[in-house]
Amino acid sequence: MTGLFPPKPAAVWPLIAAVAFAAAALTTLVLIENQKLLGLTLAGIAAICFAAARFGGVAATEAAASENPWLLRGLITIAAIGVLYVLRDDNFGLLMVATVLIYATVCIGLTIQMGYTGLTNFAAAAFVGTGGYTAAMLGQKGGLPDPLVLIGGGLVAVFIGSLLILPVLRTRGHYAALTTLAFGVMFNVFLDANELLGGPQGLKIPGINLFGWDFSSDLQILGITFSFYVNYVILTGVLTALAMILAGLLDKSWIGVWLDVVRLDETAAAVFGLKIGTWKILAFTLGNFLAGLMGAVYAKMTGFIAPSNFTFGDSLVMVSIVILGGIGNRWGVLPAALIVVLLPEKLQFIQEYRLLLYAILVIVILIMRPDGLVARRVRTLRMEARS
Amino acid sequence: MGMIGQHLLNGMMQGTIYGLVAMGFTIFFGVMNVIKFSHGDVLTLGAFGGLVAVWATNSMGLPVPVQFIAAFAAAMLLSAVAGAGISHFLIMPLRNAPPLNMLLMTMMVGTVLREAIRLFFPNGTNPQRFPELLPSGGFNIGSSFFRTDALILIVAGIASIGVVYWIINRTKFGLAMRAVAEDVETARTMGINFARVIPLTFALGSITAGFAGTIYGLYYSEINYGMGLLLAVIGFTAAIVGGLGNIWGAIIGGYLFAGLQTFVVAAMPSMSDYKNVFAFVLIIMLITWRPTGLLAERGSERV
Repeated sequence: MTGLFPPKPAAVWPLIAAVAFAAAALTTLVLIENQKLLGLTLAGIAAICFAAARFGGVAATEAAASENPWLLRGLITIAAIGVLYVLRDDNFGLLMVATVLIYATVCIGLTIQMGYTGLTNFAAAAFVGTGGYTAAMLGQKGGLPDPLVLIGGGLVAVFIGSLLILPVLRTRGHYAALTTLAFGVMFNVFLDANELLGGPQGLKIPGINLFGWDFSSDLQILGITFSFYVNYVILTGVLTALAMILAGLLDKSWIGVWLDVVRLDETAAAVFGLKIGTWKILAFTLGNFLAGLMGAVYAKMTGFIAPSNFTFGDSLVMVSIVILGGIGNRWGVLPAALIVVLLPEKLQFIQEYRLLLYAILVIVILIMRPDGLVARRVRTLRMEARS
Repeated sequence: MGMIGQHLLNGMMQGTIYGLVAMGFTIFFGVMNVIKFSHGDVLTLGAFGGLVAVWATNSMGLPVPVQFIAAFAAAMLLSAVAGAGISHFLIMPLRNAPPLNMLLMTMMVGTVLREAIRLFFPNGTNPQRFPELLPSGGFNIGSSFFRTDALILIVAGIASIGVVYWIINRTKFGLAMRAVAEDVETARTMGINFARVIPLTFALGSITAGFAGTIYGLYYSEINYGMGLLLAVIGFTAAIVGGLGNIWGAIIGGYLFAGLQTFVVAAMPSMSDYKNVFAFVLIIMLITWRPTGLLAERGSERV
């Protein structure tokens, strides 16, 4: 980008096309029931994505998106409204969309931890579970308004996570992996043994009621009836958007650069006077808060949680979403979560084999594309920063 | 008083199994600087191989000692092949990748093994009964009862630890292994066949897992597809507490973990469901206190 002439502004039509395509693809995938047709559609979507990547469409979209952030946000909102309108009475489809959004948000938190800061966290499901169980316990006691319950889920996850801060700060590499790994397994053993938390049978939880907005009743807008799951899709969608904006701001600000330095070379970071501990704690806390918050939403949405929802295998699934999407690439999380959550639900023959297939998929990707499907772009510093 | 002997024996048994698993982790880390997290699932695979071997020999009408030998032989062979295969096809191509990728890769390999056993072994979702092949009697010392089979298994386990130690420190293969661990390039210029030493090293580490899996099956009379995961976490923990890459550290770590569990069970019987929780909490505290293990890793960190 050096030179006397300012670069030409990027064309916006690839961005419009990409958002429209994503919305159409999502809706079709959710709606199709016929297995053969679904297979063909998947192949078609894959072919279009591949062609777009091959002929520079992805790069053009990225350029347009980074130059017109507000256009991007507006387009996504319009697309979201469109998708919700088409799916308005498909309960199962809406439930799946909300679940995808929950996974995506947790994985944005995980991206901040693992992708930006380089903190290994193999206990994501445990933090999600902490949020879920907090919501369940607060719900049973009653009296607390639901917004506080959801935030409480996040805060308790942060609190539980803070017990791990000291070991996470003091250890590195494999030793650091151990602390979260042991914590994740420990969490599950604890839930299984604890009678107060329902033991292996789990707990029931009532739905959400935000400021008199009852999530368990159907929504009436302009005379059109929407299934009550639309409430959850809107809530999770807003939370995903907020998490995405937060991760984006982090990435764009100097904090993001510092996190990169901490990840790439702790010694260099310390030499430059960065407080490594502060940034690690910030990233760890943010990620755990998102996990706990979404855990609470998940528990409220499904109405039931049990230890088997939050096993080590689930933590691995979340890590594989981050890896699939390209480590440190926050946009990659969305399609990856979609693939991981939606496909096993739609392709019935996969259901039983899903963990096996994820594992094989991740192995293949780690061998073929060690940076993930859509690799994170190397940071380019702007002119002002360079001079 | 009577319970103390029981707890001691049980703790020794678990400690031997954990020590064997941790030793495998340590061998892989010492030589290749990788954590092969699929270790626990290789152990499960070995145990299931042993079970099939017992079924086969039993249906052929062979005597119990032959079944016993067949179980160990099949378990060790299967885990050795699995270990060597994993190292050759998956770990070697990735050996320059970031440690996180490697850890994740081996976790996923473990998941593949675990899920494959669950899905494709007949009735694999449910626990499998492991036949009793050892004399079931025992004897009393004072008021505590000692199971003969447990004593035999403990002796066998400790003996196998000794054999591995002997292989590493007294044989030519062990020398080659240590040379590769020290410096791959120099070892190669000295004429060590790198491409052969690595799979053999992984086979050796995995054999100890297959051995431990069979001991587990014989002692608890039950195996299931998911047992490797907890054993892997515990073995990994033990190896780390001892200090990665240090065989004695791994064994100390194994017995320490079992000791902590047994202590919780013995001191607070009502909390015995939480024995792993307590053990993990103490281990996390221990690792916070000494971030590179009790017996520190050899060499200093490169800056």
